[in-house]
Amino acid sequence: MAALLLAAGATLACIAPDANGQETRRRRGGAEAAKPVELTPEQVAQFTKIANDRKLNVDDLLAAAKTYMPSGRHDDYVLFSSGGQSGQVFAIGVPSMRLLRSIAVFTPESWQGYGFAGMEDPVLKGLEINGRPVNWGDTHHPALSETNGDYDGQFLFIGDKANARVGVIDLRDWETKQVVKNPLTVSDHGAAFVTPNTDYVIEGGQYATVLGYGYAPPEEYKKSYRGMVTMWKFDRTKGRIDVANSFALELPPYWQDLADAGKAVSDGFFFINSFNSEMATGGIESGKPPFEAGASKRDMDYLHIIDWKKAEAAFRAGKAKEINGFPVIMLDTSIADGILYFAPEPKSPHGVDVTPNGQYMVVAGKLDPHVTVYSIDRIKAAIAGKKFSGSDDYGVQVLDFDAVKEAQVELGLGPLHTQFDDKGYAYTSLFLDSAVARWSLGGDYAKLHQEQPWKLVHKTSVQYNIGHLCAAEGDTVSPDGNHLISMSKWSVDRFLTTGPLLPQNFQLLDIVQPGTTMPVLYDAPIGVGEPHYCQMIKADKLNSWKVYPEIGWNPHTQQLDPNAPKKGEEGVTRNGNKVLVKMTAVRSHFLPEHVEVNQGDEVTWRIVAAESAQDATHGFCIGGYNINLSLEPGEYTEFRFIADRAGTYPFYCTEFCSALHLEMMGYLHVKPQTKTASAGPSN
Amino acid sequence: MANLLRSLIGPRVPEEELRTHRVRYLTPTFIFMIARVLLLVSIFFPYWHMELEAPQYPNGLFLTAYVNHLTGDVREIDGLNHYIGMRPLGEAAAFERTASVWMIIAMFLLVEGAAFIHSKWAVLLAIPAITFPGGFLADLSYWMRTFGLNLDPSAPLSSSVKPFVPTVIGEGGIGQFRTFAELGTGYWLAVACAGLTILGFYFHRRAYRPLALRMAQTGGERIG
Repeated sequence: MAALLLAAGATLACIAPDANGQETRRRRGGAEAAKPVELTPEQVAQFTKIANDRKLNVDDLLAAAKTYMPSGRHDDYVLFSSGGQSGQVFAIGVPSMRLLRSIAVFTPESWQGYGFAGMEDPVLKGLEINGRPVNWGDTHHPALSETNGDYDGQFLFIGDKANARVGVIDLRDWETKQVVKNPLTVSDHGAAFVTPNTDYVIEGGQYATVLGYGYAPPEEYKKSYRGMVTMWKFDRTKGRIDVANSFALELPPYWQDLADAGKAVSDGFFFINSFNSEMATGGIESGKPPFEAGASKRDMDYLHIIDWKKAEAAFRAGKAKEINGFPVIMLDTSIADGILYFAPEPKSPHGVDVTPNGQYMVVAGKLDPHVTVYSIDRIKAAIAGKKFSGSDDYGVQVLDFDAVKEAQVELGLGPLHTQFDDKGYAYTSLFLDSAVARWSLGGDYAKLHQEQPWKLVHKTSVQYNIGHLCAAEGDTVSPDGNHLISMSKWSVDRFLTTGPLLPQNFQLLDIVQPGTTMPVLYDAPIGVGEPHYCQMIKADKLNSWKVYPEIGWNPHTQQLDPNAPKKGEEGVTRNGNKVLVKMTAVRSHFLPEHVEVNQGDEVTWRIVAAESAQDATHGFCIGGYNINLSLEPGEYTEFRFIADRAGTYPFYCTEFCSALHLEMMGYLHVKPQTKTASAGPSN
Repeated sequence: MANLLRSLIGPRVPEEELRTHRVRYLTPTFIFMIARVLLLVSIFFPYWHMELEAPQYPNGLFLTAYVNHLTGDVREIDGLNHYIGMRPLGEAAAFERTASVWMIIAMFLLVEGAAFIHSKWAVLLAIPAITFPGGFLADLSYWMRTFGLNLDPSAPLSSSVKPFVPTVIGEGGIGQFRTFAELGTGYWLAVACAGLTILGFYFHRRAYRPLALRMAQTGGERIG
């Protein structure tokens, strides 16, 4: 009870997080409660002057008013974006487009202490492929976990195209918990996409190889090369992919591209499109047509229609064959069990996106100016009625195009990807036109809008070369229809020149008004990699931890770690040439501050951040030993290294934790091994 | 000896008297009962709160004292206090926190006892309960003062923050922190207990004093 207490601790200031607008009992910090705005003539004059001085027009002022976040105000949405070749995921607030943070997944990242925890770092072990470190990724498609087809804010999955891996991020602490490597294929593309209740994470392949890291010369392409799609079983309770209950399907060596899971009426199916059904093998150097020509010859490729519930049944019935130790449902089983059907699709298409009600699959033409819309009712009827136009070289039945096609909508050049809103519109990115097309859906959606069904309504130019696009919750069963991001690949002249390597341009479009009003509001440069896809979730669906639940928490296991040193247990103990350091870190000191070892000792270092205040993060680095940890409040970490270089090594806290942050340090003394010493540790 | 005992526990109420003036005799008993129940219940409510505000703690830090424990941002406040050399809060009033529940139970029983003792000496049994709120505040002030004035001179910020007397109730400040302290529900329950106990004595004496006087007139020696 006696209490006072105070805290001059931060007298000199420490890091001051933004006031976040929450009211305390006596004081209101950050944003004041909004009052209706009424501009006086003087204020109007002031606005006018600023606008004219800065050369802003009225649309610019409106755009600013729609996107500006006052200090301390939180964004409505969080955009989880692939980080492209950075191997990371970025989280961006919408509508302000402020970068909130990155999440390291496939690439070691020093701020987060991701991959800098000495030898046998579990992060680095998890990134090894066939015993070789592969410390980068080309992250492509993030997938938020879903419940009944809607984002639930619990987990985020992300695919690594370069190395055919899927990362699992726990959105309680925004950390990567697992990286699974596909044992069948070297690279992939269609990852990650989830089934409506996150039973499975779908990883579609792309460039065909001999499955399971095999070899065959290109002449045997048709015979030996194969595509695949992997169904990673997700265990929500453990927060991990359950590899033992996962399986794959063998596919013809067409280059499978993007995927999307069916939902509602199409639940139980997923869809993948493909290109290079020509099975071109390139060879420009030998005078043969290059891939870019050979793979684009035919007018039609194949939309893959996969009944994953039947596939799961076949896997459980033991019909899968092992390739490289991983169960694969072979093509003949898929054909015999009615798991796989094709539908023709024009031509080298890119995205396949399922409408919120699950009824329609929208395939964007890429080299064809249309989007082609299929309906699940027609697909089911065609399968039941055996309306086939033939079969491919591998015996897969091809459904009759006219039987399954609902509509084709001409949008423009280079349609790639489609998202949806709540007003019966679809939005498709047009790469070559550098535009976002708004078009009207038909069927049950026709009553939501005033337009003719299946018609282009409007195009807004974007800058430039849009790839994916993302509307607020725009790939779920209930899109919000209020923000859209154009992931423009080229920025060219949009920002100050940053040398020859330019940032990508995330452009925010306002899609609230129907019809032809769809302005670009804001350009956000992304100078840390080329993102591919992103998803936008309502911020209040996320239940992130403010600090770890208990002091001594191990983020790898997501529980209290029995090895975490408790207060009073700190110290250094030796067993032969193995040294165990138990350390606590609390503002503003490490305990112990001196750690003495002998050259050649194997040092195991256990350190816990004995903090529970939000943002009171510590770092821990040992210069010269390539060690840096991020010790978030409550976090426990263990790392090991061989103290093979003698000397005196300062270690220090790498986060500006407090006024006495610079004093938060200590020394690692590595005593040199002397040749004559016989009593010392032998090495 | 028996007389002394009789004079201590006071007159018993004759059956007939009790029947005719039931309210008169049951009122103090009833008030004492409410008083001691309030005191017992106060164990479960905070006696004292403090909120600390500083720029880097936009949501504030909170400290809540019950008679037997301290909750809130104790770890964080201890962590900050170490900079100025203040001892951890857990070391303050350790005896009081351990003993408080037993003390309250004892006071509960004593007040209960006071209802059965009809002499003026019954007030002695109630003195602890009546003085408890004052005692709590005095103890709290003592510990705040002791902690504030006995800062470790080797602490990191000992040169910039000198020993001080923290504010027990109301607004205070140290460094970049503003502090707001106030008494809590539990404390006010204890105050209510004390008040009711005093009120109970008014009715106690109103009931038993005439009885004692009357018995003294009729039965010789005055008891109670």
